[in-house]
Amino acid sequence: MGIKWDKFFITGDPLILGSQIAILLTMIGIVALVTYLKKWKWLWREWFTTVDHKRIGIMYILMGVLMFFRGGVDGLLMKAQTATADGKLLDAQHYNEVFTTHGVIMILFMAMPLLIGIMNVIIPLQIGARDVAFPQLNALSFWLTFSGAMLFNISFVIGGSPDAGWTAYFPLAGKEFTPGIGNNFYAVAIQIAGIGTLMTGINFIVTVLKMRVKGMTLMKMPMFTWTSFITSIIIVASFPILTVALALMTFDRIFGTHFFTLGGGGLDMMWVNLFWLWGHPEVYIVVLPAFGMFSEVISTFSRKMLFGYKSMVFSIVGIAFLSMLVWVHHFFTMGAGPAVNSIFSITTMMIAIPTGVKIFNWLFTMRKGRIQFTTAMLWALAFVPCFIIGGTTGVMLAMGAADYQYHNSLFLVAHFHYVLIPGVVFAVFAGLYYWWPKMFGHMLNEKLGKLHFWFFVIGFNMTFLPMFFLGLDGAVRRSYTYSAETGFGPLMLVSAIGAGILAIGFGFLCYNIYWSARYADRNISSDPWDARTLEWATASPAPFYNFAKLPEVKSLDAFWYMKKNNDGLELRENEIKEIHMPSNSGLPIIMAIVFGIAGFFLIFEWKIAALVAALGIIAGLIVRSFDYNDGFHVPVDEIKATEKAWRKVDKEVKDHVS
Amino acid sequence: MFKKNYLVPLAAILPVLLLSGCDMNMVVFDPQGPVAREILDLINWSLVFMLLVVVVVFGLFGYIVWKYRATSKNKDYEPPEEHGSTKLEIIWTFIPILIVIALTIPTIKTIYKLEKVPEGYENKKPITINVTSADWKWIFSYPEQGIETVNYVNIPADTPINFKLTSAGTMQSFWVPALGGQKYTMAKMETQMYLVADHPGEYIGRNTNFNGKGYAGMEFTVEAKSPQAFAKWVKDVKSKAPKLTEKSYINLLKPSNLGRETFSNTHLAWVNHADMNAKIYTFPELYRNHDYPGQIFKDPDNHTNEKTEGKSMDMNNMDMSGKSNGGEHSGH
Repeated sequence: MGIKWDKFFITGDPLILGSQIAILLTMIGIVALVTYLKKWKWLWREWFTTVDHKRIGIMYILMGVLMFFRGGVDGLLMKAQTATADGKLLDAQHYNEVFTTHGVIMILFMAMPLLIGIMNVIIPLQIGARDVAFPQLNALSFWLTFSGAMLFNISFVIGGSPDAGWTAYFPLAGKEFTPGIGNNFYAVAIQIAGIGTLMTGINFIVTVLKMRVKGMTLMKMPMFTWTSFITSIIIVASFPILTVALALMTFDRIFGTHFFTLGGGGLDMMWVNLFWLWGHPEVYIVVLPAFGMFSEVISTFSRKMLFGYKSMVFSIVGIAFLSMLVWVHHFFTMGAGPAVNSIFSITTMMIAIPTGVKIFNWLFTMRKGRIQFTTAMLWALAFVPCFIIGGTTGVMLAMGAADYQYHNSLFLVAHFHYVLIPGVVFAVFAGLYYWWPKMFGHMLNEKLGKLHFWFFVIGFNMTFLPMFFLGLDGAVRRSYTYSAETGFGPLMLVSAIGAGILAIGFGFLCYNIYWSARYADRNISSDPWDARTLEWATASPAPFYNFAKLPEVKSLDAFWYMKKNNDGLELRENEIKEIHMPSNSGLPIIMAIVFGIAGFFLIFEWKIAALVAALGIIAGLIVRSFDYNDGFHVPVDEIKATEKAWRKVDKEVKDHVS
Repeated sequence: MFKKNYLVPLAAILPVLLLSGCDMNMVVFDPQGPVAREILDLINWSLVFMLLVVVVVFGLFGYIVWKYRATSKNKDYEPPEEHGSTKLEIIWTFIPILIVIALTIPTIKTIYKLEKVPEGYENKKPITINVTSADWKWIFSYPEQGIETVNYVNIPADTPINFKLTSAGTMQSFWVPALGGQKYTMAKMETQMYLVADHPGEYIGRNTNFNGKGYAGMEFTVEAKSPQAFAKWVKDVKSKAPKLTEKSYINLLKPSNLGRETFSNTHLAWVNHADMNAKIYTFPELYRNHDYPGQIFKDPDNHTNEKTEGKSMDMNNMDMSGKSNGGEHSGH
């Protein structure tokens, strides 16, 4: 195959060399530690082969936090490079790779896994189900996402990072202008992760439609369930477009076809359209579950039911519908006719209407409430003003003619960070602080949480607010340097300092996770926040079968009324019956590894090796279709013992709101 | 207890700074021609509404969060059950609709206006300039004057310029913020825009659409001259500047950042990249960097193909000048 070993590892840059050594040492360290602690069997049995939605969710979250770190370092490198005029930290090529991977990792391997992770943990609990509809498929989804993410990440040290931007516009992303294999990583790694996401979408649509507990009609579902359900529908509607676009890109790059290339009659504009036909709905895929989390958090900590539940549901459905009709606003400047630009200006601005409805509903949920400033609630509160800035600048960008002056400038960069960070990252943080006790049986420390909050929010505003003005002054995105005469220097420096403060905030989160895991009080009740939805009706952390006896839902905020009317909270011994649960399976992780290997060969254009590895995928599918294991039954005694352990003790939270 | 209201002034800095935008002389707020001014009017109109939204929502937010915060005094307060209010919900559905309508009408008007010669200049004959973006430089051809410049463009002030945009390779975006909005340049496509400079002066233009290693350096200068000075400059160029040949043009298209150049003829004589079937000049070997080399496919329609089978992967053998294949024209 003519392997060029001298080109295999990226060499010649001290930063990359440092990372290579660090990665190697970390890997050796992890393997040595697990071996020393004799935990391999435990890892395999309890985590690698698990089909339990809560554990899969936790693994998603772990991966999301790790990727946040990677993407964050990319972001800091960019900010350090542009902190001063004519910065010398990175060269153009390195900077291009860094902003490309920053974008891809933050959207696909940070935001999506964190959201899908929380969805995984919470949705089955919220609808009173024992697991998702297809538990083994769920495991496969996770391992494929993980496999894609790892494949994408090694590009930094082996083979070369993608360097055509996270949008990978053709003809630049074609072999005519990027002849290395860097952008093959983009085409193949995202494809593998995307297949996993698509399957998650299908899984959650079926779960929500078929697995709700008795009495929970669609209009009695918690808001987070609603938003996740609609998100899943958008995933199923839009991810196939990405799959096709990436497949065509793969053909172009690896097999020499001409779908998007400059030569041979390729159509570069087709890529742009396909990319944003997926890319815009993707924004709502990440933002809608986040809206659901805010709804839960705001309602719980205002001690009021969600204001205007019905109009909330209609507005998310409206947003989902409109999300498929606005993609052209990403390229108003491509020279489409004035009629096209006008129509897409209107559809885009229309999104402000349902979004505005949601904002006012949240505000009026708090009105007449009793607002507790827990860390989770602080994130939800900070979201409102920050997101308003993101939203109003979004409307400004939606105005086609005005966009000619904003497009591709830092104004745009500031806008989408003001949407995605408050809209997604704040939500994930709120969700983590809120649901942490449900996942791990202990809280995250509130004091550290507040430090995390203030550093992060102030750092965030300091980083991105100046970019609006830089953009209006003509500073463009993705430029690795600028001259001193431009006068961008001072604001760029403010922005870079802000990024440092933001990073300290993230550091507090990591420390908080560590500190709480070691020292936090384990003696907490199953319902520490006095919350409203069903996930709080079972133990914290929830037992693997979720509910000993499935609750019955009579109204919205079911658990709140169960507590109020003291109805259905007790568990009588004769009500406990055997529970049917799915068995663990090693097949998902093995298939994901095979996928990863096949992808790696394909990326390096070793086509025959890739084909051979791909046979392994088919073998996995065959093995799965002859799998007759239909789970096991949890004996009554085991359930009794588990339930007794948490129900008998009168637990109390010590100081959970400091 | 934390006072949430810290956030309000923090976030409220935005509109204040936005309002002071004019004083800061940000280029978008300091238009030098009717096109940029038209867009700025639209931006200012939208700012009024956005400011209104920000003030109302921030105010309501601050008021609610402050008034209904949990204190030790209201410990026993049990919030009422409130499903919603049809009246209120209708109000905050319709107000945004009205705002959207108020923004839509001028937006669409402006979108259509920008397609035409700016108001007041309908009677002046526009000058056509063909803009060709290449990696990583801007090539300006004046078909009427028969001259060509690289990385700078001189225009007569107070005259509408009809820019016809295309690209020799990657997708790029042509932006002179002081004079007007931007538009993409794409190979085998022609986009078009009118710009006018009110008065003589120098303005920065640049590419905003990322296109590889040399992207950051893809700047050019627009120099608006008085009509007399412009005519004199054209005359000077015609008599003094060197001629461009197809051979030197192919060299020009190779990926590089260049300074200014001037020629007394245009490349339109042998290729207009905007044509559907225009010749293609690509140099994949010149884009190699530290990543693992992938296979490069030979495009039959590439006019820089070397006739060195099997040797093409060699990075040291990259001088392709003069090897452009003129024998393949028959297909087009």
